[in-house]
Amino acid sequence: MATTAADGNLKPYLRKNGVKCEHIGKNGYHNHKEKNGQGTGVASRRHKHEPFEQAPMYVAVLTYLGFGIVTLFGYLRDFLRAVGLEKCNIAQEREKQKDFVPLYQDFENFYTRNLYMRVRDNWNRPICSLPGPVFDLMERVSDDYNWTFRYCNRVIYDRHTVNSINSLRYMDSIHEELEQLVANFLGVESAMTYGMGFATNSMNIPALVGKGCLILSDELNHTSLILGARLSGATIRVFKHNNMQSLEKMLKEAVCSGQPRTHRPWKKILIVVEGIYSMEGSVVRLPEVIALKKKYKAYLYLDEAHSIGAVGQTGRGVTELFNVNTADVDVMMGTFTKSFGASGGYIAGKKELVDYLRTHSHSAVYATAMSPPATEQIIRAMKCIMGKDGSTEGMRRIRQLAENAKYFRSRLKEMGFIIYGNDDSPVVPVLLYMPAKVVAFAREMLARKIGVVVVGFPATPITEARARFCVSAAHTRDMLNRVLDCMNEVGDLLCLKFSRRKYSPQPDLCDETDFELDS
Amino acid sequence: MKKERMNFKNLREYLAWLYYQYLLITGIYVLEPWEKSIFNSILFSAIAMVVYTSYVFVPIHVRLALEFFLGIFGGQLESTMALMT
Repeated sequence: MATTAADGNLKPYLRKNGVKCEHIGKNGYHNHKEKNGQGTGVASRRHKHEPFEQAPMYVAVLTYLGFGIVTLFGYLRDFLRAVGLEKCNIAQEREKQKDFVPLYQDFENFYTRNLYMRVRDNWNRPICSLPGPVFDLMERVSDDYNWTFRYCNRVIYDRHTVNSINSLRYMDSIHEELEQLVANFLGVESAMTYGMGFATNSMNIPALVGKGCLILSDELNHTSLILGARLSGATIRVFKHNNMQSLEKMLKEAVCSGQPRTHRPWKKILIVVEGIYSMEGSVVRLPEVIALKKKYKAYLYLDEAHSIGAVGQTGRGVTELFNVNTADVDVMMGTFTKSFGASGGYIAGKKELVDYLRTHSHSAVYATAMSPPATEQIIRAMKCIMGKDGSTEGMRRIRQLAENAKYFRSRLKEMGFIIYGNDDSPVVPVLLYMPAKVVAFAREMLARKIGVVVVGFPATPITEARARFCVSAAHTRDMLNRVLDCMNEVGDLLCLKFSRRKYSPQPDLCDETDFELDS
Repeated sequence: MKKERMNFKNLREYLAWLYYQYLLITGIYVLEPWEKSIFNSILFSAIAMVVYTSYVFVPIHVRLALEFFLGIFGGQLESTMALMT
């Protein structure tokens, strides 16, 4: 796919040289892009190196073994509860409702009752300071194995956190100013903001597509995108994560065969991808997706929740990272929760699109507007990033974030952990696999005064539990070193270094991921 | 895996670490103490039964197997000798 993308960009330049010159003169952006045309080949090849290393076989076997044993004990406890030998502490249906469809009997509830409840002291820990790089935790103790908690009236001071998503760290006609600013920031014609990031996705996709349209969404898309796609009533097809062969095959088939029974052509084909995937840290292959979209005349919906403000030379997101014209992405969506330290989301693109959404989006019509303090916060943060407030603080933070991300990732890889994702992304998932190790990891790191976020089923596949680190610009090199040293210790203590690769400081020169034959 | 970096001051610490690994790998780490005891006793009795059975039966089986194979080759030797003479 790399060659197709490269040809697509270069051919018009070479053939229609005379005609192109006019465009270059008028539109400075195009000029900038053409000059860097050949350069991006090397840069984007580097960006594509995203290995998803598989763990050794014994790890998978032991993970299943661990889950199996805990499931057996879960059945034993459920039996004891049913017989009456043990008190049931979790929600149950009332006697009167026993004839209705059961609410609490599927696997997710079994899992919650018998695994999550045993170890839930590692999640939802209450803090009592502002969520900066260092914060204070309330100490709590459980007498009955985490069914209830008791607060000890003590506070644990100075826990470092490596889990906040707040990458760049910031806390009327004001909405108009914000929308204008967002449009300027992204380099598009116009933008529209919403009070809630989840609602931006789930309420706007139904406004854009409907029955008779096709949505091609990535395997690992966020719940809000999936919900929006399902609500719209369009046909949904899922392609393998970041796999361009799979996507092209589906596009070909969709264009050739049309709708399932009638074979009429699809009204619209919408490709839904994310900039950075939150659980893997991988970055979408934007130039290739755009080349495919142009070839098959589809539309592209890009969700930049994690990548806006965090990647790219000046923090403009994945379009800047890959040097892509923002007019090529039809719908650019993003949230203000992560990099701007506020809440809400936006949709940006051509003026006609945004004007249409103002009247037809469910969020716009039924929900309330963003609150003014949050709006002001975003305006200040965005101005700081763009440099409009007169200081270089914004650029400094972006550079600090990029450096921190690279350093953290490379050190963790050297140590021998399995890390997913692109080398540039600030989201770093460390794979832990076994359920007991996940819990032990969280507790050991807390004992060393570091707060981590561990994620298991149902947010990830059941055998791929992980700890997700999100580096931020507020983390200094010392803090990162401290965290890395603790990771090293805990990795040895718990045997978490599963990687079988020999890490070398030189980047790989071959693009093995482009030759996958599965589709 | 660089386990050599961990300094075990004595055998007790090393054994404690091994027990910790066993708890983590089998997933028992998350269970309550009485559940841990149940699992440990079942596993221990299963291993004890395996050891006992092998102690009682393995020598007998090995001896029978040896006799069987010696019988075949010994028989071959005798019949070739008979043919030659």
